Amino acid sequence: MDFSILWTEFFGLTLDGIVVGAIYALVSLGYTLVYGVLRLINFAHSEIFMIGTFTSLGLSIVFGFTGLEEPLGIVLFLLVFLVMALASGIVSGMSAVLLEFVAYRRLRRRGASRLSSLISAIGASFFLVEFYRLTTESKDWDFPRMLSKDPIFSISSAYFTLDKIIILLGAFGLMFGLDRIINKTRLGRGIRAVSQDEKTAILMGVNVDRVISFTFLVGGVLAGFASTFYMLFYESTKFNVGFLLGISAFTAAVLGGIGNIRGALVGSFVLGLIQQYSSVVLGYNWRDVVTFVILVFVLLFKPTGLFGEALQRARV
Amino acid sequence: MLLEINDLKVSYGKIQAIKGISLNIKAGEIVTLVGANGAGKTTLLKTISGILKPAAGVIKFDGKDIQGIAPHNRVLEGLCQAPEGRGIFPGMTVLENLEMGKYARKDWKSELSEDIERIYTLFPRLKERQSQAGGTLSGGEQQMLSIGRALMSRPRLLLLDEPSMGLAPMFIQQIFKIIREIQSQGVSILLVEQNAAQALSCANRAYILETGNIVKEGAGKDLLNDDAIKKAYLGTGA
Ligand SMILES: Nc1ncnc2c1ncn2[C@@H]1O[C@H](COP(=O)(O)OP(=O)(O)OP(=O)(O)O)[C@@H](O)[C@H]1O
Ligand SMILES: [Mg+2]
Repeated sequence: MDFSILWTEFFGLTLDGIVVGAIYALVSLGYTLVYGVLRLINFAHSEIFMIGTFTSLGLSIVFGFTGLEEPLGIVLFLLVFLVMALASGIVSGMSAVLLEFVAYRRLRRRGASRLSSLISAIGASFFLVEFYRLTTESKDWDFPRMLSKDPIFSISSAYFTLDKIIILLGAFGLMFGLDRIINKTRLGRGIRAVSQDEKTAILMGVNVDRVISFTFLVGGVLAGFASTFYMLFYESTKFNVGFLLGISAFTAAVLGGIGNIRGALVGSFVLGLIQQYSSVVLGYNWRDVVTFVILVFVLLFKPTGLFGEALQRARV
Repeated sequence: MLLEINDLKVSYGKIQAIKGISLNIKAGEIVTLVGANGAGKTTLLKTISGILKPAAGVIKFDGKDIQGIAPHNRVLEGLCQAPEGRGIFPGMTVLENLEMGKYARKDWKSELSEDIERIYTLFPRLKERQSQAGGTLSGGEQQMLSIGRALMSRPRLLLLDEPSMGLAPMFIQQIFKIIREIQSQGVSILLVEQNAAQALSCANRAYILETGNIVKEGAGKDLLNDDAIKKAYLGTGA
């Protein structure tokens, strides 16, 4: 164990932890929102993210950027990136809505048990992974470097590159947008109402099916945007990319208290930071072990997460 | 006739909770449904709101059979309920809870502040608490909020499920006073109560429900003086 690197690299690790945490946050919101309205862990959510990465990748191929040698100009880059993020958001969002329709809605109508829905979720996840494994030839797919990764400025060991800045601004913008949607729009209020008291929500005129579709749409769109940020940062994807990222985002949601929006955000940044710090102290290979250990410990000793029931107010 | 129920039967699996009851409410009336625990009062209200499906029978609202109308669309027809246990959204503020009363309307934001003010005039206490979380209100305040929220939808028929439950006598007086005030604004009310004395003296007409059957009906005042009812529900009989 080498703690000295932790001190010399502290600012750099912190910056990366926040960037990674921002990506987790966008994905973990999908877990937490769906859990709020359905009390169901949507195990296929990680695949909704994976579909987004391939959408961005697909566009980079269509645009002819494969094997790009020179980065794009900033204006062109922003334009291309925006198109990719929007396309991934739309594709992931629609996939999530379709997923709910195919894998959960009938079960719910028949009043099936939670366990059946969970099995259906895992089944849908397997189907999507295997489908993408076959159609993408199990390969690692590289995403072209469309943007120079030379630092713009630095604070101690924290090198601010354009990709990190864009991810942070984009993620915080989306979180702000989500907050507005949840708190100010009619369907957003519907999400909160169904999460807090479904029966009364119906009495107030809430169309629960529509609210559930909307919840999957919002969660899917956020995961889609997250997938484009992920591609910009890690520059590679594979059919199983959703697995570890999904576990991290899910752990973050549980860590913050599942069903709790603020909890998911805080949990994501805390987890992002812990992963960065622990991977220099223990070695990079231990990163996912640390994540699993956190998940197991939270579930065993504090299943309500960091904020527990005390933050009831903040529940969706 | 505003509400007409004919030979309604409702079951939970094999257990029949409502065994064929008929009941009606004219526009402008307060009608109370009195009955002991487990008589089927909540079951009836849930069926009117569409949360439960009847096994048989007809429910007509304003002359129209509402069986085919989805529960969430019944609010738009003019039916709204303040449910048993109040059903306050614990994580929403008082104001947000009230706003939920208008959810059924796509244009819920239009005339929103007028509607809110109308409720605050009826329940000034809610105005003082408007940014407090619903879950932290006292029982009485939650009851006011629940009734106020239902009124936000501008219902023609207000369904109240035991509004006096768990409240101190002074609060109960106040709730019943407000119920009469709501009636004077032209809203009809179906009032489910166990507090028979208060309910019967407040209502125009009353039905007595016993294990899923209506055993007596009549004007509120008459039932108040009925010996059998005095004995069973008012604890003042011989
Ligand atoms: N979900 C359910 N499943 C099975 N039986 C139920 C269910 N809900 C109610 N019942 C039964 O139906 C009967 C009527 O219940 P209901 O809640 O309508 O009574 P109530 O008149 O509202 O009583 P209270 O005054 O205690 O609220 C009771 O015998 C109750 O046990
Ligand atoms: Mg009841």
